[in-house]
Amino acid sequence: MKLKKYEGVIYILPWLVGLMIFTAFPFIASFLLSFTNYNLMSAPSFVGLDNYRTMFENELFKKSITTTFIYVFVTVPLKLSFALFIAYILNFKIKGVNFFRTAYYLPSILGGSVAIAVLWRFLFSDSGLINLIIGFFGISSISWLGNPRYAIFTISLLRVWQFGSPMVIFLAALKNIPESLYEAARIDGASKVSIFFRITLPLITPIVFFNFIMQLVQAFQEFNGPYIITGGGPLYSTYLFPLYIYDNAFKYFRMGYGSALSWFLFIIIMIFTLITFKSEKYWVHYDGGDE
Amino acid sequence: MAEVVLKRIEKEYPNGFKAVHGIDLEVKDGEFMVFVGPSGCSKSTTLRMIAGLEDITGGEIWIGDRCVNEVPPKDRGIAMVFQNYALYPHMTAYNNMAFGLKFQKTPKDEIDKRVRDAAEKLEITDLLDRKPKEMSGGQRQRVAVGRAIVRKPEVFLFDEPLSNLDAKLRVSMRVRISQLHQQLKEEGQPATMIYVTHDQVEAMTMGDRICVLKFGEIMQVDTPLNLYNKPANKFVAGFIGAPAMNIVEAELISEKDKAWLKIGEFTFLLPEEKASKVKNYVGKKVWFGIRPENIKSFETNPNEENNYATGEVSVVEQMGNEEFVYFYMAGNQFISRLNPEKVKQISLRGSYKFWFDLSKCHLFDFESEENISL
Repeated sequence: MKLKKYEGVIYILPWLVGLMIFTAFPFIASFLLSFTNYNLMSAPSFVGLDNYRTMFENELFKKSITTTFIYVFVTVPLKLSFALFIAYILNFKIKGVNFFRTAYYLPSILGGSVAIAVLWRFLFSDSGLINLIIGFFGISSISWLGNPRYAIFTISLLRVWQFGSPMVIFLAALKNIPESLYEAARIDGASKVSIFFRITLPLITPIVFFNFIMQLVQAFQEFNGPYIITGGGPLYSTYLFPLYIYDNAFKYFRMGYGSALSWFLFIIIMIFTLITFKSEKYWVHYDGGDE
Repeated sequence: MAEVVLKRIEKEYPNGFKAVHGIDLEVKDGEFMVFVGPSGCSKSTTLRMIAGLEDITGGEIWIGDRCVNEVPPKDRGIAMVFQNYALYPHMTAYNNMAFGLKFQKTPKDEIDKRVRDAAEKLEITDLLDRKPKEMSGGQRQRVAVGRAIVRKPEVFLFDEPLSNLDAKLRVSMRVRISQLHQQLKEEGQPATMIYVTHDQVEAMTMGDRICVLKFGEIMQVDTPLNLYNKPANKFVAGFIGAPAMNIVEAELISEKDKAWLKIGEFTFLLPEEKASKVKNYVGKKVWFGIRPENIKSFETNPNEENNYATGEVSVVEQMGNEEFVYFYMAGNQFISRLNPEKVKQISLRGSYKFWFDLSKCHLFDFESEENISL
């Protein structure tokens, strides 16, 4: 009988242990470490808010955070619009639509992987496939990864290309809108464009909201792509903030400073998430669905 | 003001399924026409073709003096009320009603006037600021009707608008829609209304005329009373009326210079007036149809000699003002509709003697199922 009481706890124990070791502990530890100087060799020494103070004086920090903001605020809206656009098209009743849905979803299964990043590097290299194709049309080769102006574009493109998961969620939301609303709107005389902006879009705003927050959080944490493809270069043009954290923590073993940077990123993400939540009441409609 | 004319319209789906088989129909200007039929009879499809929501694969649709085959829904001068209301969930009742007018470039004050007039007519003025979620089913449906009214359409199309409502509300909405039709007529803006339902009570009570459909074909178009009293075929006879007409197999025989109907071991004398119409069917099998109210208790007609039959009563449903008596006779189940004040209590599961009023019966050809006794 006594066992019965704790039976449930036993079931969730594996997860609980994992959470403690891999999430809760690093979370708390990094917070504490962010107030210390720690190089893995000697014991951490308390330095107060020094880490937080010095980061704002660092030029690379400023460069990195600016690059990250540009990256986030370009890729997130682009990726979401693209995902919605494709979902909208895949919602039509056309022949072979299931094939297209799968085809368009595939990149996002592969997208996060290191292999794709490597492939991306290959595609956009100076003698890569992309240059080969544009060369075919008589355009001279572009240094996609070597030119600071294009490198950030190449990295951003990789993210936008992985629009599959928000697309699938958008598609589910679009399918939820009853056909009769579109029919009523057609009788009311709304054009395709007005139907999209006045009926479809308002009704899926809860999903736009969800996808926006998810994408925002993920974009701020992007690491794989730039790390593998450009290594942050050239001239730090793709040096996203997580790369800066990584370099400090694992290249220069400035664990205290790295922890402080992580917490700074956490706060930034938190602020933008909160702003999004605050703005919810002005543009998100929770009236649909229920029917 | 417009009449709606369907000329041999057809609907064939890409997979080869033919839903509508060349329907010809004329709905007069200002008429209330009801499409009725069992599910799958393509009544909604036909309505949606008139609305322009479904393309037609053959024939022509005329609204007023235009062939509208190629005209988009918004320009057909129609308004439609949907079964699931189809209100825009993120808009208030007011905006739902005003939505279409905005696209017609109607001036703001005119929109406001029309919406408020319609709201008043439907008693939903106090709901105008609410969103659909904050309204009951009946209120939503009234807003949906309001959205149709403000467009001032020439033709109203109703696609089973009441089937999502509970029974009581359905009756009051039914009356309201009939009133609306009447009211528009009195205001000098008579509107043609086409109303789809599978509920034959709605059809009977609302329609000026009823079009009975089966598998994409018209079975009969007539006034409610004519459908009831003079059904053109076995299908209409069985579909219109509740409880349904009793229809059983019978044989027409001639004996002693008179025509008789033989059902199992029972024979019934066919009145002269009916007999003369079915002379050619003597010796043949026919369908015999008789409405429940024309099967009476033996007590009510003591002077008649013929057409009595004893049935085994299985169920008696007491409705208060009438009684539905289910009984078996010659292996067939029949329903009789009796007036409880005029008959003694019928005991459940016993024999009882009924009198069949054959002057009101219908006979249908066994093959074609056409009514041969009209």
